Amino acid sequence: MKYESQSIAKWYWFVAMALFAVQVTVGVLAGYVYVAPNFLSELLPFNIIRMLHTNALIVWLLLGFFGAAYYLIPEESEREIYSPKLAYLQLVILVIGAGGAVVGYLFRIHEGREFLEQPLWVKLGIIVAALIFLFNISMTVLAGRKTAITNVLLLGLWGIAVFFLFSLYNPANLVLDKMYWWWVVHLWVEGVWELVMASVLAFILLKLTGVDREVVEKWLYVIVATSLFTGVLGTGHHYYWIGTPGYWQWIGSIFSSLEVIPFFAMVVFSFMMVWKGKRDHPNKAALLWSLGCAVLAFFGAGVWGFMHTLHPVNYYTHGTQVTAAHGHLAFFGAYVALNLAIMTYAFPHLLKRSPYNQVLNMASFWVMTSAMAFMTFTLTFAGAVQTHLQRVLGMNFMEVQDQLALFYWMRLGSGIVVVLGALMWLYAMLGPKAASTELAGQAAPAE
Amino acid sequence: MSEMLTKSAARNIFYGGSAFFFAVFIGLAAHSHYYAATVSTDVAGLTESVERGKRIWEKHACVDCHSILGEGAYFAPELGNVFVRYGGDKDAKGAREALKAWMQAQPTGIEGRRQMPQFHLNDKELDDLVDFLAWTNKIKTQNWPPKVSG
Repeated sequence: MKYESQSIAKWYWFVAMALFAVQVTVGVLAGYVYVAPNFLSELLPFNIIRMLHTNALIVWLLLGFFGAAYYLIPEESEREIYSPKLAYLQLVILVIGAGGAVVGYLFRIHEGREFLEQPLWVKLGIIVAALIFLFNISMTVLAGRKTAITNVLLLGLWGIAVFFLFSLYNPANLVLDKMYWWWVVHLWVEGVWELVMASVLAFILLKLTGVDREVVEKWLYVIVATSLFTGVLGTGHHYYWIGTPGYWQWIGSIFSSLEVIPFFAMVVFSFMMVWKGKRDHPNKAALLWSLGCAVLAFFGAGVWGFMHTLHPVNYYTHGTQVTAAHGHLAFFGAYVALNLAIMTYAFPHLLKRSPYNQVLNMASFWVMTSAMAFMTFTLTFAGAVQTHLQRVLGMNFMEVQDQLALFYWMRLGSGIVVVLGALMWLYAMLGPKAASTELAGQAAPAE
Repeated sequence: MSEMLTKSAARNIFYGGSAFFFAVFIGLAAHSHYYAATVSTDVAGLTESVERGKRIWEKHACVDCHSILGEGAYFAPELGNVFVRYGGDKDAKGAREALKAWMQAQPTGIEGRRQMPQFHLNDKELDDLVDFLAWTNKIKTQNWPPKVSG
């Protein structure tokens, strides 16, 4: 850690880790309700469990991104964060908002659009926090060295804030509601979040492999160009069946098929960097998570997304467990793994240690990844069966669900293993560390 | 590749191309907005009760169990076409009464069956909610879903 204000990241990541634990625990609860539907049905109905699961995920990923920005921008811009006080104020607002939302949900205080269930005061708090954040990091970046990594990261973070504003628009016409709802949801995860992902990944690989910055930055621009060229019009794959014009079936099918390109490019790019890089960085766990992130995002977002994105296929699979399968692996691969990668990389620096608990950390990667892959397979099979029974044969929804019970049991099993993997990772990061990893004086590991 | 494409060229392609694709997207979205507000939805039928019904739908976070036009959670049945599934195209009054009776009968408490909570809606609220579902069923969705089962 070269700059004092980088330690702001640590506090963002502590909160992110706590919410990560909440997210996966509540996920298991939701998986259990699928197989034991009477459980907690009056006290904590499924809709509340689900909004806790999804909202905790989104908020901890965002906190992770904020932490990543506070960690890497000082190094990239070669200066301290403009105002650490504002950064902590932003965190306090976010913690109050997230805490208030979680407690409120338990008492049925929520709005009612998927993923945007936060009460208005929380939404406004998020916007205020985002404005503080953007002001703070923009001031830092503008005053310092400008790199492709900061340019792309900043554009991604500004995009997150701008598109979130559409969460305030909720017209009476359901079609218009849905159209602009996707401007938050799709333009986030298949648009500006990819800019954050690519830039953070580029930063980690630059540090881990020691490859020439010019090469990394050129590739970064190429990759994010393919992300936005395909992802923006790729929004069309959500406009097939919600009352929007028929031409989206063509635009959505073509452009969202191409959305696999940036994810494939990230795989090629990261493996090439590692292959070409001469540096033998001691943080093997961070390298594993970074490469894993690229590969899992390729499968989860790219392959599993493509599987049901062509409109003649989507006509049958839309809104089935196929979507759930894709959603789970895409979020895990692209964004969970990214956050775990940057935290795994940065924590030894923040704690002024050499990389610690590497074996446990790497084991947690394989445990979580295998379990997520298994969950994705079971949900994909469930989705295929559901599509045939419900969408081809026209069987009643609940009868079909009864046929899927075995898949839901296997999904629950894989979910429990994911929680174990997450706990292993948290223990590796926060638990006791070998005394030998303490750094004496000025000695710092290669960055 | 390294000689053909410099970093600044890549950067310019990124900014210029993204601006171009975003502009195309905005143009198409503007047209789609117009289409949704005039062609694909029953504008005259978008009454205050339909809007109240939508707000009730949101107040109780129905979308976190059900799906509507395929979006939402997949824990409970699709409701975009539930009005027709209940025979509303042939007997609107009968479908309305059946839907209201269903919601009032929740939760069933049957062991091993997914439970819908009791939301204690009064008669007017139930009517509003059914109005919203009936209006939604009329949206021109490119003939989705493939089956009445949703």
